[in-house]
Amino acid sequence: MKTLLNKLFPHPVLTLVLWSIWLLLNNTTGAGHVVLGFILAFLIPFLTSGFWPEKVRIKAPLTLLKFIGVVLWDILVANIAVAKLILGKNKDLKPGFFYLDLDIQTPLGISLLANTISLTPGTVSCDLTEDRTRLLVHALHIEDIPGTVKQIKERYEAPLKEVFTAC
Amino acid sequence: MFEWILSALILIGAFFILVGSLGLYKLPDFFMRLHGPTKATTLGVGAILTASALYFSFETNHISLHEILITVFLFITAPISAHLMAKAAIHIKLKQVERTQKPPASI
Repeated sequence: MKTLLNKLFPHPVLTLVLWSIWLLLNNTTGAGHVVLGFILAFLIPFLTSGFWPEKVRIKAPLTLLKFIGVVLWDILVANIAVAKLILGKNKDLKPGFFYLDLDIQTPLGISLLANTISLTPGTVSCDLTEDRTRLLVHALHIEDIPGTVKQIKERYEAPLKEVFTAC
Repeated sequence: MFEWILSALILIGAFFILVGSLGLYKLPDFFMRLHGPTKATTLGVGAILTASALYFSFETNHISLHEILITVFLFITAPISAHLMAKAAIHIKLKQVERTQKPPASI
């Protein structure tokens, strides 16, 4: 039974995402679109499953929800902080590059972490070393590099690592 | 009252988009200019889309949520384009401001 379900839904997360995107795009929850969306969300992952190299497994959905909440709040704070930095005296800014050593290894986890870093506190991710162990980050204004690295690791990387572990 | 909330949201959005564009004009080097559009504008667009979702939900009695999709796509694409541009800029060794702090293994 379980193997049959696995065969029919090779990528359950993708199915759910496609289904909700279809409903959001049509901006309705009418029965017709729910069914049509489900058919598409079933067929597309089923037919394209060969093209998806890795399987996405969400280990701890609650941690993921909490993480999304934290990130949305941080985006709000980061926007105000960056707006202040831009409007203030640009001569006093101390830009800098620093490396972030990665503990997380799955490609999806790394890309989500890089995205989060770019959206949040005054930093943009610039480059990933070829062995996928270090991320080069540029900060608009940074005074305490080890402190920032520690904050990023605790606040974003730890929950992401918990959610997306290789299987 | 409802219109006041909507107007406030739109004004906040417009303000942050303006600040983001100002950053593009004002900041001294390429890497610093990247910060304007990736951050200041996400909140700006977010606020305007929230206003749109609220307006259409209450005005037409149909809950309107496809604005969420725009926000999600923006959150996915904005950092990726910033990342690619930064990568290209490092590759062709664009000028950085003198006071940029660099990691031990230089770039």
